[in-house]
Parts: sequence; structure tokens; C-alpha cells
Amino acid sequence: MNLFVIPIAIISGVSALLAAALIFAERVISNYGEVMLNINDKEKEFTVRGGASLLETLTDQKIFIPSACGGRGTCGYCKVKVTDGAGPLLPTEEPYMNAEERTAGIRLSCQVKLRNDLKIEIPAELLSIRQYVSTCEKIVDYTYDIKQFRLTIPERQEMKYTPGQYVQVLAPQYEKSAEEVYRAYSISSDPADKKAIELIVRRVPDGICTTYLFDYLKEGQSLNINGPYGHFYLRETTVPIIFIAGGSGIAPIKCILHHMQNMQNPRKAIFFFGVRTTRDLFLVEEMKGFESGLPDFKFIPVLSQPEPDANWRGATGWVTTAAEEYLKNQTEARTYEGYLCGSPGMIESSIKVLTGFGIPDDKIYYDKFS
Amino acid sequence: MDIGSQMLHALIILFAAIFTDNILLARFLGMCSFLSVSRQVKTAVGLGLAVVMVMTFTIALDWLAYRYILQPYAIEYFRFILFIIIIAAFVQFIEMVIERYSPLLYQNLGIFLPLITVNCAVLGASLFMVIRQYNLIEAVAFGFGSGAGWMMAIVAMAGIRERLNNAKIPRGLQGPGITLIIAGIMALAFIGFTGVLSGR
Ligand SMILES: Cc1cc2nc3c(=O)[nH]c(=O)nc-3n(C[C@H](O)[C@H](O)[C@H](O)COP(=O)(O)OP(=O)(O)OC[C@H]3O[C@@H](n4cnc5c(N)ncnc54)[C@H](O)[C@@H]3O)c2cc1C
Ligand code: FES
Repeated sequence: MNLFVIPIAIISGVSALLAAALIFAERVISNYGEVMLNINDKEKEFTVRGGASLLETLTDQKIFIPSACGGRGTCGYCKVKVTDGAGPLLPTEEPYMNAEERTAGIRLSCQVKLRNDLKIEIPAELLSIRQYVSTCEKIVDYTYDIKQFRLTIPERQEMKYTPGQYVQVLAPQYEKSAEEVYRAYSISSDPADKKAIELIVRRVPDGICTTYLFDYLKEGQSLNINGPYGHFYLRETTVPIIFIAGGSGIAPIKCILHHMQNMQNPRKAIFFFGVRTTRDLFLVEEMKGFESGLPDFKFIPVLSQPEPDANWRGATGWVTTAAEEYLKNQTEARTYEGYLCGSPGMIESSIKVLTGFGIPDDKIYYDKFS
Repeated sequence: MDIGSQMLHALIILFAAIFTDNILLARFLGMCSFLSVSRQVKTAVGLGLAVVMVMTFTIALDWLAYRYILQPYAIEYFRFILFIIIIAAFVQFIEMVIERYSPLLYQNLGIFLPLITVNCAVLGASLFMVIRQYNLIEAVAFGFGSGAGWMMAIVAMAGIRERLNNAKIPRGLQGPGITLIIAGIMALAFIGFTGVLSGR
């Protein structure tokens, strides 16, 4: 009996003693009291317990700073601008900073510890970014290579986004990929739906994230996302709108259209949607629905290579050419705002067309899916 | 043994631990931080000093724990657990103290302490101390020497790697590949010291 009890008692006793000593030491030695964290010149202010790292403290305050290494100072993602109170750059931070960042006061937030009051600056859009463990509620096939994923946001959390913005999806490690990757996907669902968001994803052959979403993710499984990000959203003006999208680029525009319908936005709007064949066409009914639901909206699907036997009677050719034809007949073409979404190639040529009609660069908004 | 010859013996152990029996290059302990934190001489020096300090102190603590807790109850087989706990607690404690009372020291040395808790060279030194049945003075000399040897190796490696920044290295060998090869060559060089001194 003693053979077991005594050794175990001794080792446990010593461990407990050391643990107690450490707890005591932490109370006494590492007690930095309360410190003030001032974000963006008092836009937000927190009184927090000192001693933890800036990254941990911000996460506790539900401010999400990108980080991929869990705060070990090896990824260099967690950069934050500290304007006052952080002390000199630490050797663990140096490898991640270039000369410009050094002078600007950029720091790795996982290495900076809160020992005294701190003033930091965080871009406004980062302030509203959160991480969500969503659940893949439903997967719908739109075409042979496009699916819609409906992701429910955990209860009691809500994602506040501006229609047109995107989220980042985390594809975990899986058979075909040894590392985690983040990929951007635009939110396509009705912003009035607070419980879930929907994404429209086109399969990229051998793509890391799309292969995961298409072949591995099952309904009911969870998916890590964070967001919202991006500046692709409807500007609050009254001028007419021209939307141009190709394939899955329809996603953020669908979201914007839902929003316009909810608000009964009276702006004149037209949407040129380019795909290759009738097999690639989807969401036509929904778009027709917007035509009747919105005061002044037209939907023009454009097929670049309709099958000869498909009996397609709509527009054909390049989506940019169709948009060009339309603008030619508009007296006030140069007053339009352009909203473009899709492949980089499509966007480049659309921009050329729009600027050709005198629409200024800063009235053309786009998300390149690259 | 009188004090004089004891000191001499401890000194021999110290130098043996640095050169002939270098814990890193002869025993290959503490490799992971050796490979990952050896990019700059400055950081290597900081980490090295932290290792010297932690090894010297923990080996003494471990010696005491071994002699006065484990041996009397004949539970020496628990030394792994006990040593690990003592090292972890000591590192945590010393980090708190340095962080609180000497920002300058913390800046240069303290931030490396968390890396050291899991450095196997620290535990390795304590276990060698048991196997070789050192007395307290010898143990401290051995701990200090092992730490200094480890530091010398990592600083040398960092110096070489700083030079490598300007070298044309085949793509597949960049990073860990070339570092491991260099570590191997350094170890070969240190074999030259074998037999010069023996601290056992
Ligand atoms: C702001 C933004 C919003 C986006 N929104 C959407 C969206 O709503 N729906 C959507 O389906 N995608 C969207 N994307 C694209 C998406 O983020 C991914 O790039 C795409 O799904 C490929 O990811 P992957 O990991 O599967 O492929 P990867 O493993 O990254 O790529 C595999 C190969 O395919 C090539 N490739 C990468 N992307 C594409 C592409 N789009 N088309 C053709 N080849 C490609 C790569 O060059 C690479 O060679 C968006 C991108 C951005 C930047
Ligand atoms: S979180 Fe990775 S470096 Fe800070």
C-alpha cells in the first residue's frame, strides 16, 4: 500500500506546493492592476486587467485581430498600430517589421503586453470583424459546378454586414491540403435574414477551399468563418445603377438586390449577368422576382456560347458587349454607377467599357474574385 | 577530496560540458529552438543567456529535490516528472520576476523564457547530472557549462546563418535543410575535442 501512496503523495504534494507558490507569485508580482485601453482616439475605451497580451485582451473584448499562430509570434498576422505605451520593439517582433512599419509604431499584438495604459489604432472595419463557428445548414446545387451553401450563425450572435460584403471561410486541413486556408466568399443572402448567411461558390478544379466545400463539407457540419470584409456595397446616391457579373459573381449583387427590395429603393437599376451556356445559368427565377419586386429593375442574362439546340432567345455574346450596347442607348450614360463582380478579366474589360462612356473611376466599384 | 581539487574537478566538468560533451552538438538536445531561433546573432545571444541562467538554477534545484526528496523515499524513478515540474515552475516564476522588476532585462532575455520551458536540453542536463552522480558543486558547474555550450553553439549557428543570407543556396535546401547540414558539420568539428577532457 505504502509503495503507491507515499510516492504519489510526495509528488502531488510537491506539485501542489509549487502551483500554490506560483499562484501566490502571480497575485503579488504580476499584478499590474487595471489599465486603460484606448482604441482609435477614444472611439472605444476599456478598463482591463493588466498583464495579458494585447491580442488576448482585444479578443476578450471581442475585437478580432487576424492571427494564425495562436499568439506565439510566428505568423506575423496580428499587427496593430500602437501609438503610445508599448515600449520599444521586442526582438521577437523584429523579423516581421519593415522600416516603414517600425516608424509607424506597428506591433505584433500577441507580443505586446498590457502593463500600463495603451493607445492603439485599429481600422474601423476590423472593429466589426468577428469569428463565427457556423453550421452548414443546407447545400443546394445550382449548376454542375456551382453550389449554394447556407450557413447558420450561432444563436445570440449576429453578423452585422453591409450588403455586398464578403466573409472569409476557413478550410481546415483535410486529405488534399496539409494546411488551413482562408478564402473569401461574398454573402449572397437576404440581409433581413439574421440567422444565416448564404454563399454561392463555383468549383475551381483542384482548388483547395472549393474542393473542401464541394466534396468534404456535409450538411450539419460546422464551418469557421470570419468577417465581414470589403468595400463592395451600394453607395447611397440616387443615380442609375449598372450591375455586371459573371458566374458566381452574382452573389454580392443578389444580396444588394434583396436589400434594395426590402428598402423599396426606387433607383433605376439594370443587371447584366454573363455565363457561357444555358447549363451555366441559375437564379433566373429569383432575378425575375426582383424585376417585379423592385420599382425599376431589369435583369439581362447574357450567354457567350449558347448551345445551338438550346433554343435560347435572350442576349448572346460577351456580357461587356451587351452592357456597352445598352449604355449606347442611354442619354445620360456617364451618370451611372457601375458595380462589377466576377473574374479579373471580366472586370478589367467592364471597367474599360464604363470609363469609355465617361463614368469616372471612382464611381465604379468591384470585387475581383481572384 | 579537498576544496582545491574539488574546484579543479568542477572546472574540468564545466569545460568538458562546453567543448567535448556539448549538449547540443554532441548530444543533440535542444534542437528545436536551436533551429528556429538561430536567424540573428542578437536573438541567439538573448536566448542563449536565458538558457545558461535557467540551466544553472534548475540543475541546482533538481539536485536538491533529487537528494532530499526522491532519494530518501527511494522514488528516484519519479525524477522525470519532478524535474519537469520544477523547471516549468522555475521558468514561470523567474519570468514574472524579471518582467516586473527589470523591463530592460525582460526585453533582452525574459521574452525567451517561455521558449525554454520546453527545451529538452534543460531537462537533459538534469538527467545527466543524476546518471553521472555529480555532487552539488559539480552539478552547478555542469549546468552552467551545458548552458554556455548550448549558447556558444546557437550563437555560432546564428552567425553562420546571417552570412548565409547572402549566399546562393539551392531552392530545396533553403531554410531548415541547410541549417541541419550546418549543424551536422558543426557537430563533426566538435568531435575533434573528444577525449581532450573528460568530466565524468
Ligand atoms: C473579395 C472576393 C470575393 C469572392 N467571392 C467569391 C464568391 O462569392 N464565390 C466564389 O465562388 N468565389 C469567390 N471568390 C474567389 C474565392 O475566394 C477563391 O479564390 C476561389 O473559390 C478558389 O479557391 P480555392 O481554394 O478552391 O482554389 P485555390 O486552391 O486557391 O486555387 C487553385 C487554382 O485555381 C486558380 N484559381 C483561383 N481562383 C480561381 C477562380 N476564381 N477562377 C479560376 N481559377 C481560379 C488558382 O490560380 C490556382 O491555380 C472571391 C474572391 C475574392 C477576393
Ligand atoms: S498571432 Fe501570430 S504573430 Fe502574433
